[in-house]
Amino acid sequence: MKKYTDQGKNDTRSGFGAGLAELGRSNPNVVALCADLIGSLKMDKFIEENPERFFQIGIAEANMMGIAAGLTIGGKIPFTGTFANFSTGRVYDQIRQSIAYSGKNVKICASHAGVTLGEDGATHQILEDIGLMKMLPGMVVINPCDYNQTKAATIAIADYEGPVYLRFGRPKVANFTPVDQKFEIGKALHLTEGTDVTIVATGHLVWEALIAAENLESQGISAEVINIHTIKPLDANAIINSVKKTGCIVTAEEHNVLGGLGESVARVLATSLPTPQEFIGTNDTFGESGTPAQLMEKYGLDNKAIEKAVLKVIERK
Amino acid sequence: MPRLEELQDLTTQVRRDILRMVHKVNSGHPGGSLGCAEFFVALYNELMELNEGFDMDGKGEDLFFLSNGHISPVYYSVLARSGYFPVDELNTFRLINSRLQGHPTTHEGLPGVRIASGSLGQGMSVAIGAALAKKLNKDSNIVYSLHGDGELQEGQNWEAMMYASANKVDNLISTIDLNGQQIDGSTDTVLNMGSVRAKFEAFGWDVLDVEEGNNLEAVIAGLKKAKSMTGNGKPICVLLHTVMGNGVDFMMHTHAWHGKAPSDEQLETALAQNPETLGDY
Repeated sequence: MKKYTDQGKNDTRSGFGAGLAELGRSNPNVVALCADLIGSLKMDKFIEENPERFFQIGIAEANMMGIAAGLTIGGKIPFTGTFANFSTGRVYDQIRQSIAYSGKNVKICASHAGVTLGEDGATHQILEDIGLMKMLPGMVVINPCDYNQTKAATIAIADYEGPVYLRFGRPKVANFTPVDQKFEIGKALHLTEGTDVTIVATGHLVWEALIAAENLESQGISAEVINIHTIKPLDANAIINSVKKTGCIVTAEEHNVLGGLGESVARVLATSLPTPQEFIGTNDTFGESGTPAQLMEKYGLDNKAIEKAVLKVIERK
Repeated sequence: MPRLEELQDLTTQVRRDILRMVHKVNSGHPGGSLGCAEFFVALYNELMELNEGFDMDGKGEDLFFLSNGHISPVYYSVLARSGYFPVDELNTFRLINSRLQGHPTTHEGLPGVRIASGSLGQGMSVAIGAALAKKLNKDSNIVYSLHGDGELQEGQNWEAMMYASANKVDNLISTIDLNGQQIDGSTDTVLNMGSVRAKFEAFGWDVLDVEEGNNLEAVIAGLKKAKSMTGNGKPICVLLHTVMGNGVDFMMHTHAWHGKAPSDEQLETALAQNPETLGDY
């Protein structure tokens, strides 16, 4: 099985900040907006280098989404930055009407998604955002797995015409994908080849899936790990082709199982190739305060939980 | 024919268009549409600097955003009669497969429309964004927007108002259709907003009243005055005092015709009060 090395823990939000800074240098149409969370979103470098292309909106996310929609009229490519909770649920109707239905080229960049936001607790830990955003017609939904991939995704979405939801997180996590990778929207990445089970993971859970696969290998189970960084449009072929070989699947996401990646995968398989599936995600619950590691364990999102789900789904073949 | 008389005729024709559009599909919003006929005619014929044709970016021309999207009939009529799309297309208002959706949208590619609206309170933010893009593009043209007075009850407006003055968005003229009515009754009874002027002023805007919002000459003069006030470090608010349902006696001064179409007989009466001028579509 192919092994991956952590090049040094880093946070995905810093990957966003680095990607945005690079866009500031390479694309004069890119503008950035923030609702009083510059430091948390790591937008400092872009602002320092392009003060005239940055808009501090204040704590007014609805207004931020509307202003972003307006900035596209005139050819700008706005990147909005705030926490995932305030990037989605708080401003759902603004995104729906002024951005998605209006077909505006806005990049909604959302940090601190999921329970790994940690100690701030459930008010800030959105676990419903993937579902909210994937339901909007025309919205692309991306949840990269590490610093390098978040940086690459940030850069790539500027070249895509249309609304995008880019989801990333707060904690420092393993950074294991290539430094200068080319990010292709909607293209699943096979991380390991396997024959017994397919594990489709997104965001922070990709690394957990790799650890699980390694542990399973020592038990004689061959797992194929697929990194689905793009939840919509979903790379259905990659999933179907893998499942044809393995015959069962586990989906893993830091999100409610209701409305998340797992349901999108289940829809693909139910209509093309009905397959036993287990879902790693939160189960219709809010989060709570705690360290990211404690929360990942408590809510069944770590590599141990994935391992258990694999053993269960293989039994169901 | 003198210019003003021409525009009066256009305004009358726009009223006929509004009435016939909502009557045909037995739905839509005639009250606010009728009240704003003079505003739209003035804006598109006397105020806005417009390029030939339509492109979304609208560089080098003035832009308009309708925030209270339910008054789409007056918007569509004036867009069509300004040459954005064939006047005959007004026949398709609210019908299936039409570009003239119940509320305006970019989704069906109707020329002249740059944002979807209908869910209230979002247009000022969008207009601010477009105004900021103009500044970045060193484009000296102006952005206009229109909002209902009841619509100001939506909180996003106040976020937008605060932002616009703090950031000196002075290439923006936001007009409030101050007709004092909303769906459930008068704005004073539904949710009394006190002095809208005082509120805009407190939020750092320059405010201009147009007391006769259904007097074409007064509307043109007021908007020209507003235009002359741009570029001075403050966003401009025009308080347009209108009568909902203006031009049709039984529709005036009431919220009853906010979202109700006239019957066949009522249409006949209403049209008789607004004789055909430029020709019905």
